[in-house]
Amino acid sequence: MKRVFPILAVLTAGLLSYALYEALVAAPTEQTMGDVQRIFYYHVPSAWTAFILFFVNFFASVAYLIWRNTKADMVAQVTAEVGVIFCTVVLVTGPIWARPVWGIWWTWDLRLTLTLVLWLIYVSYLVLRRFSSSGQTPLLAAVLAVFGALDVPLVYFSIWFFRTQHPQPVVGGGGSIDPRMLHVLLINWLAFFCFAALVCWSRYRLEVLRREVDETLALEALLEPRAKTSRSRSAG
Amino acid sequence: MNYLYAAYIATWAIHIGYLSTLLRRYTRLRNEIHEFKARIEDK
Repeated sequence: MKRVFPILAVLTAGLLSYALYEALVAAPTEQTMGDVQRIFYYHVPSAWTAFILFFVNFFASVAYLIWRNTKADMVAQVTAEVGVIFCTVVLVTGPIWARPVWGIWWTWDLRLTLTLVLWLIYVSYLVLRRFSSSGQTPLLAAVLAVFGALDVPLVYFSIWFFRTQHPQPVVGGGGSIDPRMLHVLLINWLAFFCFAALVCWSRYRLEVLRREVDETLALEALLEPRAKTSRSRSAG
Repeated sequence: MNYLYAAYIATWAIHIGYLSTLLRRYTRLRNEIHEFKARIEDK
C-alpha cells in the first residue's frame, strides 16, 4: 500500500493539472458571463465531492450505530473533515462568482442558506469530536451526522423545487449545457474526487496512528503508577 | 478575470492549508512516538 500511494498521488496531480488546463484554456467561454463562468469548474465538482463525502459519513455513522465498529467511526470522522474542506471551497468560490454576476457577494437564498447550515452542522460535528472527552463522543457524533445528512438532499433539490437566485441545475433537472463544458466539468469532478479519496486515505492512516499512540500512552499511564507502587513495596 | 483567479487561488489555498495541518499533525505524532520509544529505552 505504501508503494501504491505515491503512484496514485502523482497520477492525481497529473489529472488535476490537466483538469486545470481544460478549465482555464480548453473550455469554451460562456457568452453571458464570460471568463468568470469558469469558476463553475471548481465550484460544482467541489460541491459534488462534498455531498459524496457527507453521504459516506452518513453510511459510516449508521454502521457505527448498528455495529459499534471502530473503523466505521474513523471513516465517518475522516469523511466529515474532508467534506467540510470541500464545502468551505464551495462557500468561498460561490460568493466570488456571485459578486461579478449578481452584483452581491451573498444573499439569503434557500440554496445558499442551506449550504451554510450544512457546513455549520459538520463544523459542529468536528468541534464535538475535537473537544468532547466523553466515551460517548463517537455515539453522539454518529447521531449528529445522521441528522446532518438530512440537509444534503435538501441542499441538492432546493433548486429543483423552489425558485431561487442560484442557477438551475445544468446536469439533470431539465437544464442544458454545452457538451464541451460538460466534458470539462466531469474531468474536473473526477480529478477532485481522486484528490479527495487520497486525502481521506492519508487522513485515515493518520487517525489509525493517532488512536494507536493514544491507546499506548493511556496504557503506559495506567501501568506506570502500579510499577512505582510495586517498586516502593518491594523496597519497603 | 480577477474574480476567476481569486476563486482558483482560494480553492488551492484552502486545500494546501488543510494538507499542511495534516503534515503538522503527522510530525507531532511522530515526535510523540520517538519520545515514547526513548522513554521505554531509558527504562
